[in-house]
Amino acid sequence: MSLPSFVKFAALALAFAPAVLSAAAPASPVALKGEVKLEKTVVENGVERIALVAPDVVVPGDKLVFSTAYSNTGATPAVNFVVTNALPSGVALAPDAAAATLAVSVDGGKSWGKLAALKVADGQGGMRAALASDATHVRWTLPVIAPGASGTLKYHAIVR
Amino acid sequence: MDYAKSLIAAASGPALAIALAAAPAHAAGVTAGTLIENTATATYESGAASVTVQSNTVTVRVDELLDVAVASLNGSPVPIGQSSAVLSYTVTNTGNGPEAYLLSANPTTTGNDFDAVVQSIAIDSNGNGIYDAGVDQVIAAGAATPVIAPDASLTVFVIASAPSGASDGSTSQLRLAANAATGTGSAGTIFTGTGSGGGDAVVGASTAQDDALGGLIASLATVTLAKSAAIADPFGGQQPVPGAVVTYTLVATVAGTGTTANLHVTDVIPAGTTYQPASLKLEGAALSDAADGDAGVGGAAGIDVALGTITGGTTRTVKFNVKIN
Repeated sequence: MSLPSFVKFAALALAFAPAVLSAAAPASPVALKGEVKLEKTVVENGVERIALVAPDVVVPGDKLVFSTAYSNTGATPAVNFVVTNALPSGVALAPDAAAATLAVSVDGGKSWGKLAALKVADGQGGMRAALASDATHVRWTLPVIAPGASGTLKYHAIVR
Repeated sequence: MDYAKSLIAAASGPALAIALAAAPAHAAGVTAGTLIENTATATYESGAASVTVQSNTVTVRVDELLDVAVASLNGSPVPIGQSSAVLSYTVTNTGNGPEAYLLSANPTTTGNDFDAVVQSIAIDSNGNGIYDAGVDQVIAAGAATPVIAPDASLTVFVIASAPSGASDGSTSQLRLAANAATGTGSAGTIFTGTGSGGGDAVVGASTAQDDALGGLIASLATVTLAKSAAIADPFGGQQPVPGAVVTYTLVATVAGTGTTANLHVTDVIPAGTTYQPASLKLEGAALSDAADGDAGVGGAAGIDVALGTITGGTTRTVKFNVKIN
């Protein structure tokens, strides 16, 4: 079984050298491309609209959109495609309608569910309903990505 | 299934480490300069192989939000009178980066009965909440405070004196203003490259400036002196004849809410009369003539009674006798 050593390698690469992993990545027919944008309300001709701009100037309270684009460039389908995204500590999952539909974890990735079904310690010995800001991870599960298929997964986060 | 779980556990391991090393979360938000780094990890099966792939890491640096809140610490107007008044304020860095603030004190406010005279602005260097002259650092008008950490507060004192002509019980307000040293402006104004932590500085909702009013109430005292004389002649009458004894009564009345310091009642011995030794009295109690431990001195040169510090609403009565020559 080479599995344990592989897991070890993945963890090591994640922790210390993402560059090493991406160098080894071409073996994967599915590529992930991360991107971040700042969601900004702009006024044009007196009309407000939401614009996605480069996050050049970002302060607490700003809303960021993190997206991960995937594309299967290989010849075989990718099955049980699970994308896990740990939330950076400086942001909180935005409490919008989309957040309610995501599979999230509020315990560092140990357990998963819809936000409405999760609970966290209330700090007084009891439990309370989890808030979007309690989320530590978000996860998407796609049953299959056919060869040539692509898409984008995104979540909104508020800078804490 | 176990395999997939272990992969996720492996992926979440470093994420947990990042969370523990997180910049402390402030009410004002993550500290300026904090890097927000996001990486997604995918696991899937491709044919017989299980694959893990990671995205590139996208990084956003948090810029400095310039905000400030100023509040008065004086719940009620501070008396100002013979001695100067110390007004206390807090300046709180409600932004997310270490920032210094330019301070200015303005004694002129609409509705003032009088405008105080600002003597100095000082910061509570020793952190005891009380103004300590010579210890607490004086900040020149318009100069900057030391850098205040995000969410931290600095106590600022404004020392002011009453102008001449202020009447007892009249009120005034004195405004302390703090402006972020990096810059101020309408919310959203960007100062490129000058933020703490290496990024830009952005003016927050406070416009990076705030001020607060501290109240003053004039506490002054006025002194009036009334002198009367009573004559007792040697024949049981009240005629000013030689040998008659004149008892002078001096009543010092201190009015107002303030105090007078170092108040003396003095008088000279009228020509043609002689001071009667050991006749000096304060509030009915005898004072020795010698310049000694008690408050009074009496003699041919006159009398002098030291009353010290007297609060408003108090009277002091001094009596002495002379004999008509």
